[in-house]
Amino acid sequence: MEIDPFIFRLSIFILSIFVGYYVVWSVTPSLHTPLMSVTNAISSVIIVGAIIAALASNSNKIFEISSIFGFLAIILAAVNIFGGFLVTQRMLQMYKKKKK
Amino acid sequence: MSANLSATFYLVSGILFILALRGLSSPETSRRGNYFGIAGMAIAIIVTFLSVGNFSSGFIYVLAFLIIGGSIGAFIAFRIPMTAMPELVAGFHSLVGLAAVFVAISAFLKPEAFNLGVIGNIKIASLIEMSLGVAIGAITFSGSIIAFLKLRGIMSGAPITFKGQHFINLFLGLGIILLIFYLCKTQSSNTFWTIVAISFFLGVLLIIPIGGADMPVVISMLNSYSGWAAAGIGFTLENTALIITGALVGSSGAILSYIMCKGMNRSFFNVILGGWGATDQATSSQSKEQKPTKSGNADDAAFLMKNASSVIIVPGYGMAVAQAQHALREMVDALKKSGVKVSYAIHPVAGRMPGHMNVLLAEANVPYDEVFELEEINNDFANCDVAYVIGANDVTNPVAKTDPQSPIFGMPVLDVEKSKSVLFVKRSLSPGYAGIDNDLFYRDNTLMLFADAKKMTEEIVKSL
Repeated sequence: MEIDPFIFRLSIFILSIFVGYYVVWSVTPSLHTPLMSVTNAISSVIIVGAIIAALASNSNKIFEISSIFGFLAIILAAVNIFGGFLVTQRMLQMYKKKKK
Repeated sequence: MSANLSATFYLVSGILFILALRGLSSPETSRRGNYFGIAGMAIAIIVTFLSVGNFSSGFIYVLAFLIIGGSIGAFIAFRIPMTAMPELVAGFHSLVGLAAVFVAISAFLKPEAFNLGVIGNIKIASLIEMSLGVAIGAITFSGSIIAFLKLRGIMSGAPITFKGQHFINLFLGLGIILLIFYLCKTQSSNTFWTIVAISFFLGVLLIIPIGGADMPVVISMLNSYSGWAAAGIGFTLENTALIITGALVGSSGAILSYIMCKGMNRSFFNVILGGWGATDQATSSQSKEQKPTKSGNADDAAFLMKNASSVIIVPGYGMAVAQAQHALREMVDALKKSGVKVSYAIHPVAGRMPGHMNVLLAEANVPYDEVFELEEINNDFANCDVAYVIGANDVTNPVAKTDPQSPIFGMPVLDVEKSKSVLFVKRSLSPGYAGIDNDLFYRDNTLMLFADAKKMTEEIVKSL
């Protein structure tokens, strides 16, 4: 019997939870704020869904109701991607070791 | 681009995201980690363009909206003051939530674009995944908006509670699940919209009973939700990058919530059921009528610290409010010049989000190897001459160790009272966010410095 592809995705999902668990426990507490801002940025990879939604319509009618939601989601996710990564970078830039 | 090839690239971007989080295990590797994250995102976006392969005029609009959103994000990222990070993160969470809702709506309205079937006959599995995604996304959105308003001070941080609140939440939660079953049977769009509406409402109800002091838990929790929402959409779109990321972010937020709860010695349910700080502690503070405190001025403080051999600084949210981190660092520089050993002690729940104090100190150019976590430094208070408490309160309260009646009993606290003398910068004797009186104020070795944190620190710098 063939295995449903859903099971494969579920496996990836559950294994990723474990990876996330161990990786996040090893994050130093002083970097918990950058951790939140960077997880924020990467969760905006939801933009891939938004792009598919926005480009789904045929070219003679770009703005139909479903693609409008896609375009709106692109804006929201883009704010998050750029804002999230840049603010993380700005914070990480500030962490310095003692001189000498 | 073939589906297999793009799936492989999505896997690559998922791995880059894992490396981005892995980099945060130390400040040295963290910046490289952030570049991994950016690379992963770039790959995901480019691969999506190539796999859709529709470079019609719609593509121009996609780029335009991407640039518009990106510019807004970049502008915010460069302009935001570090003290406002909690609000910013809450705001960003709301955007992820809303984006998830929009993508799910779009998928529901045009399922053929996502290979999910046709309108009125969407695959059952996809329906479940997308309605879970939309529900969690909507809860994340409205919950984060409330958190944002509370953090920004637009809405009072006081918990809003009413009778039967938790039953209503439970009822709405069960209602959403029932409606999802119903949706699978009927494919009715009205049911779908009802799920969206109830979820928005539930998000508001879930966050309003949680008080201002519990915001670190709320932000972490919403972080986690935004991850689960992304994962739900990832299953709908059968996209590996989204599934991996959703799982990473979801577990990250959950771990942070756990750490924050442990920092307050409260169970997760105790926090989300809320209402802490609005209860009857007011009566207990009335019963404690005027007890004698010793208060001093900047010169006394300067004298004490200059003649100390070691000083531990205990910053808290008050430091962030007063923007005192730069003045504090000047004070420490002056102390170091006269040969005093200075370190910083940070409680896990100091501030309004995990790691908030560390970022503020880093902003003021405090080297991160002078900043210590609770477990690392707590034994050092016994050997330290002066503890300088600036803007922290509940996290130093010895009552947590001695009084089983106290609502904060059992919470890990910094053993500030063990140092030879304690300088406590505070505007008045009012209790902290937990609404309880701090025993430390009345100790013999405590000198209260009644002033604004920044002004007092600046005055101390002057008299040093």
